[in-house]
Amino acid sequence: MSKVRVLVGTKKGAFVLTSDGKRKDWKVSGPHFAGWEIYHMKGSPVNPERLYASQTSGWFGQVVQRSDDGGESWAPVGNKFAYDGVPGTHQWYDGTPHPWEFKRVWHLEPSLTDAEGVYAGIEDAALFHSADGGANWTELSGLREHGTGPKWQPGAGGMCLHTIILDPSDAQRIYIAISAAGAFRSDDGGKSWKPINKGLVSDMMPEPTGEVGHCVHHVAMHPARPQTLFMQKHWDVMRSDDAGDHWREVSGNLPTDFGFAIDVHAHEPETIYVVPIESDSLHFPMDGKLRVYRSRTGGNEWEALGKGLPERDCYVNVLRDAMAVDRLEECGVYFGTTGGQVYVSPDGGDCWTAIAEHLPGVLSVEVQTLGDSGQ
Amino acid sequence: MVLPYHLRNLAGVGAEVRLEVAAPVTVRRVLDELEERYPMLRGTIREYGTGQRRAFLRFFACEEDLSHESMDAELPAPVAEGKEPLLVIGAIAGG
Repeated sequence: MSKVRVLVGTKKGAFVLTSDGKRKDWKVSGPHFAGWEIYHMKGSPVNPERLYASQTSGWFGQVVQRSDDGGESWAPVGNKFAYDGVPGTHQWYDGTPHPWEFKRVWHLEPSLTDAEGVYAGIEDAALFHSADGGANWTELSGLREHGTGPKWQPGAGGMCLHTIILDPSDAQRIYIAISAAGAFRSDDGGKSWKPINKGLVSDMMPEPTGEVGHCVHHVAMHPARPQTLFMQKHWDVMRSDDAGDHWREVSGNLPTDFGFAIDVHAHEPETIYVVPIESDSLHFPMDGKLRVYRSRTGGNEWEALGKGLPERDCYVNVLRDAMAVDRLEECGVYFGTTGGQVYVSPDGGDCWTAIAEHLPGVLSVEVQTLGDSGQ
Repeated sequence: MVLPYHLRNLAGVGAEVRLEVAAPVTVRRVLDELEERYPMLRGTIREYGTGQRRAFLRFFACEEDLSHESMDAELPAPVAEGKEPLLVIGAIAGG
């Protein structure tokens, strides 16, 4: 019997939501690590009982938690993220040089092939790897040191490395994204990196088509099409079919192309989801109506999905890591809001139901598909 | 010593933690012993790298603010003798 486990990171703790394959009745466990910000949680594809959580606090700094029993129990692992060498400076908000300083872990990405391997994307932006289940962390410093680092600048949320995508067809290929530097790719397992931002246009930049400096909010890939990437940029929804070498805009008929989250249907590589919000100045849905937009054509042609979502007076946001899909036969789509709601659509986006409605503000959502269908 | 609520939970300890520290008893030596016994607290009171007190925390003992004293200064005798706790206190903030 298949089941799904939804890992929800919030501003005040972690929650684990479970259901059977019908995704109708849910059990909510938590808060785990109550009172701490949980930026991200994710399970290992190799061992789904192995979970990681980024637990962080302005008072007490960074903790990384690990569970080996699917979230029943947790133990802290390594939390020392030391930059390789003297990290130098990046640009501060006002354009002046500012030293690189570790602040928190935004994203944890377990290896696709090694149960002990896991990557961490941190603020100030850098990529770390652990080969021992999170006990020790080493920076993959070729990213930060490849040359454009001094030009990187924080977005409003900080200079965060928030997206890590591992190519299932090529163990050497890794994609990452940084706000506000852009997207980068490594073809040698993380040793060397190159910016992959051709085709991005960011009008607020001094050079709108610059090599770096773009505020990429999130990137998604379907595992069966690792050359195709979908991006929600600050403004603009973008697509690349050559592993990020070139991008083209696919915002099409979206009512606004500002947003944070983007994801791909589990079984239809051309079906993608975004949650448009009003603008960079107004981080909430247009007209107070919460709507997911779906394109079945890989972009450009979008349809609004609102059945079961708030029709009015809704002024929440959906953050960049707060949308995910399951891999059941009928793909489920999930997202969490800054208002503490977690929604599921068990039918690919047609109908939505709230799993939880009064959690702390949701920072991240990940889904594990367990049982017959595997991870 | 007395830890803030969230660090007690992280370390799985109660309101008060008793540590055996050889003289001279200083903040640095108390924290070294604390982190040795509870390694999950490394980096949560003192920053990695600099070893400095985290910005939103302060140290108190015997109704004195020791936050800006040298970490190598001897703590008041009642703390060294186990009669009074060294307090780690988080900044009070809402949200």
